[in-house]
Amino acid sequence: MAKRIDVKDLNIYYGKFHAVDGVTLSVPPRSVTAFIGPSGCGKSTVLRSLNRMHEVIPGARVEGDVLLDGQNIYASAVDPVQVRRTIGMVFQRPNPFPTMSIRDNVVAGLKLAGVRNKSQLDEVAERALRGANLWNEVKDRLNRPGGGLSGGQQQRLCIARAIAVRPDVLLMDEPCSALDPISTLAIEDLITELKKDYTIVIVTHNMQQAARVSDQTAFFNLAGVGQPGRLVEIDDTEKIFSNPTQKATEDYISGRFG
Amino acid sequence: MTTATLDVNQPATPPAFQHLSTGRRVKNGIATALVWLAFLVAVIPLVWVLVSVLARGAHMVANADWWQQSLGGLLGDDVGGGVYHAIYGSLVQSLMCAVIAVPIGLLVAIYLVEYGRGRLAKATTFMVDILSGVPSIVAALFIYAMWITTLGFNRSGFAVSLALVLLMLPVVVRSSEDMLRLVPDELREASYALGIPKWKTIVKIVIPTALSGILTGIMLALARVMGETAPVLVLVGYSGYINYDLFSGEMASLPLLMNSERVSNPSPIGTDRIWGAALTLVIIIALFNLAATLLSRLVAPKKK
Ligand SMILES: Nc1ncnc2c1ncn2[C@@H]1O[C@H](COP(=O)(O)OP(=O)(O)OP(=O)(O)O)[C@@H](O)[C@H]1O
Ligand SMILES: [Mg+2]
Repeated sequence: MAKRIDVKDLNIYYGKFHAVDGVTLSVPPRSVTAFIGPSGCGKSTVLRSLNRMHEVIPGARVEGDVLLDGQNIYASAVDPVQVRRTIGMVFQRPNPFPTMSIRDNVVAGLKLAGVRNKSQLDEVAERALRGANLWNEVKDRLNRPGGGLSGGQQQRLCIARAIAVRPDVLLMDEPCSALDPISTLAIEDLITELKKDYTIVIVTHNMQQAARVSDQTAFFNLAGVGQPGRLVEIDDTEKIFSNPTQKATEDYISGRFG
Repeated sequence: MTTATLDVNQPATPPAFQHLSTGRRVKNGIATALVWLAFLVAVIPLVWVLVSVLARGAHMVANADWWQQSLGGLLGDDVGGGVYHAIYGSLVQSLMCAVIAVPIGLLVAIYLVEYGRGRLAKATTFMVDILSGVPSIVAALFIYAMWITTLGFNRSGFAVSLALVLLMLPVVVRSSEDMLRLVPDELREASYALGIPKWKTIVKIVIPTALSGILTGIMLALARVMGETAPVLVLVGYSGYINYDLFSGEMASLPLLMNSERVSNPSPIGTDRIWGAALTLVIIIALFNLAATLLSRLVAPKKK
């Protein structure tokens, strides 16, 4: 049940620091949207405010609306825990739970939500691991600690963990930045695969990756140090990479950016 | 011909790496000597204590009766008897202390790391710092004033446990706090991102990850309070008989037994008992430390 996201005039703050200014964008269901832009322009910050992870940081707050299929996730009656269950997240650095086995890592979300049925959990673990292209590599050592896997395997384990709770949207913050080209390709294939069922937003510094996996691309920039980041433009990926409307976008993509 | 060979052997530029200068070699020598000296100064008394306790206490401890009998009914110069009444007292008093101090200390640590912001957290940290500087005799007299003088209870093993709580609490808070802070925020965020509420994240992710270190800290704190002497001197009377009741009556413990023999038993047998009890205390504390190591290894996150 992929859902659409509409962001309306979103301002994001870290305490007094205005990090992101007035972002408005839409993400259609069953599509991949890539966020690109120079370091520090607020890509991760915007991404984290799409599932209310931003407010976990002390003093951090958000102004504006984020609508998930029309419902504002920042409405006062909404429980951030439920928002995060609906909108999953994969982080830049793989972070499996060190005390848990591979299998328990994958089903952690369900298990901690109270699902006890062992065969159901096993089934979910297998489905999620297959979905993350990891099943064949780990099926013989499901009870070993997750920390014993390679970096790329750990990242796919984290993806499996995120999709095991069947979210509607998957947010990925530079999921391949720590990976070798082969694992990167595996994850890109996976993203294309996951697109059938999920709405995906991915932050990446890799232009080719954005061009390969995404349907639309959003370019963020910041006017200067200490200034808030802004969304410069968002459009179909093909258009952004071949014929962007903004000069800044073209400069950044062609590498003429400082 | 000769000159040519010479030329080949002569480097064109002086080598980049020179020999250690004399000045640095002397400084190095002095520093090394000082470090060794400091090491010896630290280790000699330790070894000395251990050797004398072993030499003078071993023959007492090597007797099975020592672990199975009390000193009930024995006179000061009677050979035989044992200290199991004092071992029981020491263990029960410190376990009762742990039962009270560990949950409170752990909850305070969780509050400080996971929830504490602003004034209240600062005040709590400040109080814990102060508490950790309180001498054991002050803790003992405070409990005497509160529990016995003001509230009207009798002196008992439980009063000792209460005083030990004051000494153990800051140690548990500090060590648990350190261990919880070592858990990377990424794990908390990974858990939140799965839609797991904060309290469940703490209970199921953060604490298990830090458990090994927390347990080590608790066991070491326990070993520490077990040898405390001031509280037992002030808060409970000595008896050579076993007393199973923590809440009333006189109750022996190893430090108390040693003190009582020293004060009231000038015979050589008394001296033997003191050394035996000292060695017993050392053994029990060593066992606690060993258990701490094993336990923490058992629950530590594994790689393979
Ligand atoms: N926890 C934080 N507290 C305060 N300021 C922060 C915090 N995290 C990020 N910022 C600031 O917010 C701005 C945007 O940061 P953000 O991490 O979103 O950038 P980014 O676009 O993801 O960069 P990168 O490509 O390097 O990951 C930066 O100026 C950064 O210094
Ligand atoms: Mg980032």
